[in-house]
Amino acid sequence: MKTRLQRLLPLVWAIALFGVILLLMVTKVLPRSYQQMLPTICTYIIMAVSLNLVVGFLGDLSLGHAAFYAIGAYVGGMILRYMTAIPFGLRMIVAIVAAAVVAFGVGAAFLYLVRKLRGDYLAIVTLAFGEFVRSIVKIIPGTGGSAGLTDIPTIAAGAFPAKYIKAFSWSYLVMILCIFFIVNLIRSRHGRAIMAVRDNAIAAASVGINVSRCRIVTFAIAALFAGIAGVLYAANTAAVNPADFDYNVSIEVLVMVVLGGMGNIGGSIIATIILVALPKILLDAAQYRLLIYAVALIAMMMLNANPRFVSFKRRVGEKLGAKFKSLRKGRA
Amino acid sequence: MKRTFIKLMAVCLTLLMTLPMLSACGGSDEEIVIGAIGPLTSGAATYGTSVRNGIQIAVDEINAAGGVNGVKLKLEFLDDEGDSAKAKTAFENLMDKGMDVLIGCVTSGPSVAINDLVLEEGILQITPSASQKEAAQNPNSFRLCFTDPLQGTTMAEYAYNTLGYRKAAVVYNQDDSYSTGILETFRAKFTELGGTVAVEAPFSNSTEDFSAHVTKIQDTDADYVLLPFYNDMAAKFLTAAAAKSLSLPLIGSDGMDGILNYLQGEDAKLAEGLIYLTPFIASDPDEKIQKFVATYTERHGDAPDQFAADGYDCVYVIKAALEKAGVTSNEIDNAALIAAMKEITVDGLTGSVSFDENGEPMKGAKFAKVENGQYVAVQG
Repeated sequence: MKTRLQRLLPLVWAIALFGVILLLMVTKVLPRSYQQMLPTICTYIIMAVSLNLVVGFLGDLSLGHAAFYAIGAYVGGMILRYMTAIPFGLRMIVAIVAAAVVAFGVGAAFLYLVRKLRGDYLAIVTLAFGEFVRSIVKIIPGTGGSAGLTDIPTIAAGAFPAKYIKAFSWSYLVMILCIFFIVNLIRSRHGRAIMAVRDNAIAAASVGINVSRCRIVTFAIAALFAGIAGVLYAANTAAVNPADFDYNVSIEVLVMVVLGGMGNIGGSIIATIILVALPKILLDAAQYRLLIYAVALIAMMMLNANPRFVSFKRRVGEKLGAKFKSLRKGRA
Repeated sequence: MKRTFIKLMAVCLTLLMTLPMLSACGGSDEEIVIGAIGPLTSGAATYGTSVRNGIQIAVDEINAAGGVNGVKLKLEFLDDEGDSAKAKTAFENLMDKGMDVLIGCVTSGPSVAINDLVLEEGILQITPSASQKEAAQNPNSFRLCFTDPLQGTTMAEYAYNTLGYRKAAVVYNQDDSYSTGILETFRAKFTELGGTVAVEAPFSNSTEDFSAHVTKIQDTDADYVLLPFYNDMAAKFLTAAAAKSLSLPLIGSDGMDGILNYLQGEDAKLAEGLIYLTPFIASDPDEKIQKFVATYTERHGDAPDQFAADGYDCVYVIKAALEKAGVTSNEIDNAALIAAMKEITVDGLTGSVSFDENGEPMKGAKFAKVENGQYVAVQG
């Protein structure tokens, strides 16, 4: 019983955090610019965590994660935009499911085609795939071409702060479900198989893991979640444009994963929050913004790779953990 | 142990309470805050910077003369990098700063993206330079510059009637709705007048080399080339055109304005003879324009382009509307202000302008030509 409770503890924390943020939003303690940032952070967390599945756990380098983000955004955006007969809440769910299915299919098909490639070669192919998707969507009817798909019904509609509360609630709920699924996947038998493939593909094959299938399925699952993130993006911004999904987005997400630590989901989440929030907080610094951002990024990367800082982090973590335990005991 | 818990709680609470300090203080009590959004970094940075400089000069002038009905103006300009998502962030930031009126966005995509957000707040929005049709679609949104469709027809008429050209070659940016928007109405008008479009050569945002486009044009019997796109790309096109010695006359849209900023020194020759549509020419002898040019040159070291003039005019349009609506404090009745917009006529740097029911400007077009490294007005 105890272990089960412990496993549910993060979920309790997630709900508590949701409550606190919601309270800050309703009371308008959180200024508008910060409220607006929250759904974006949720979307990017899904992106980073799902990319971490490929880069961190499977050990394949993908530079085209934005391609699946784009697929999700367009599939979801078009469903939200054109299937107006269905009530909005249901339409969101339909959009999410459809985007997930399409992204999964495309992801699986893509990796099936290039399954022989690994490492740098795969990275280049994924990069090209990202640009390929961006060009393809322009010629599909109904996507609005290079002007983009506009007038998508948004989850951020209405007056302030209700619109951001709505957008945040949707995004947060979807994000928690995604993280929950990915964390459980990693803890499962399949997760062990994924990591075995990363650590030594030959050894993994020798114990009966179908390496090719494992890679294809994992990549496709990551694509699936990127697709879901895409729907959130479309539903938040009300407009999607091919230019929103260029390779910079893939790189940005990769930076979040690397900064947070490959194979570290919590790290991805924290890194995402920092990297999404930083440029927006720095908006007032005008032309120095990009400079500060770049310097901060370099500093964080160097600090993160520093063994002394790593051990310091661990010590602090242990101390906090110990304190926490004693605290709980004390209360009991 | 209980004490640790209390300590932890105290820390959390303190953090919570300091949070509001992160937000900028809501607008000051005495000033009308004019918010503005445009690109100050990235590829389109020259437009945003020009608009900001133009707005600042107008705001300073008005404040020096005692403000609007005694109320001072204050400019808050935020960067959007020409990106829709960032424009939304900038908008929310400006709302945190207590924005009363919005000038923006400078470019079309972001302007359309924030349209509905602005409508929700009900404040007046006037874009100095977003030419995409949808940028002024809401009842509270106005536009100072020409629309893309209007530019297309104007340029078709000018090329056919005034210059007497019959066969057009068009190079356009397929990634940019500004470019494709002009192309569509141009094509319709030009063929309607009796001309033909010999070739349409598309390029994308990532195009670096235009030699293939130039060759394509040289393979046809076109008698001029239409360039409906922005000047960063135009500089690349002109370089390729010179390398392949393309001798056809070139006509550009208003995105060509400021082309010489991209072609320094010897390269300035590349733009020689280029004709483009523009609402503002710095060498215009008009007294008001010369005064503005002098102030601008003194502050920023170079002559202003149309974007600076657009920004400047926007502020005077807002001033006229504020006066018409009888605003005497920073408590603004948005509905009255928006109604006043349709009644005013402002004699600005980009011509005399008034607004129709849809928030579109009513004013004439001018054409400029690059001659000896200078922009010169031509008779249209």
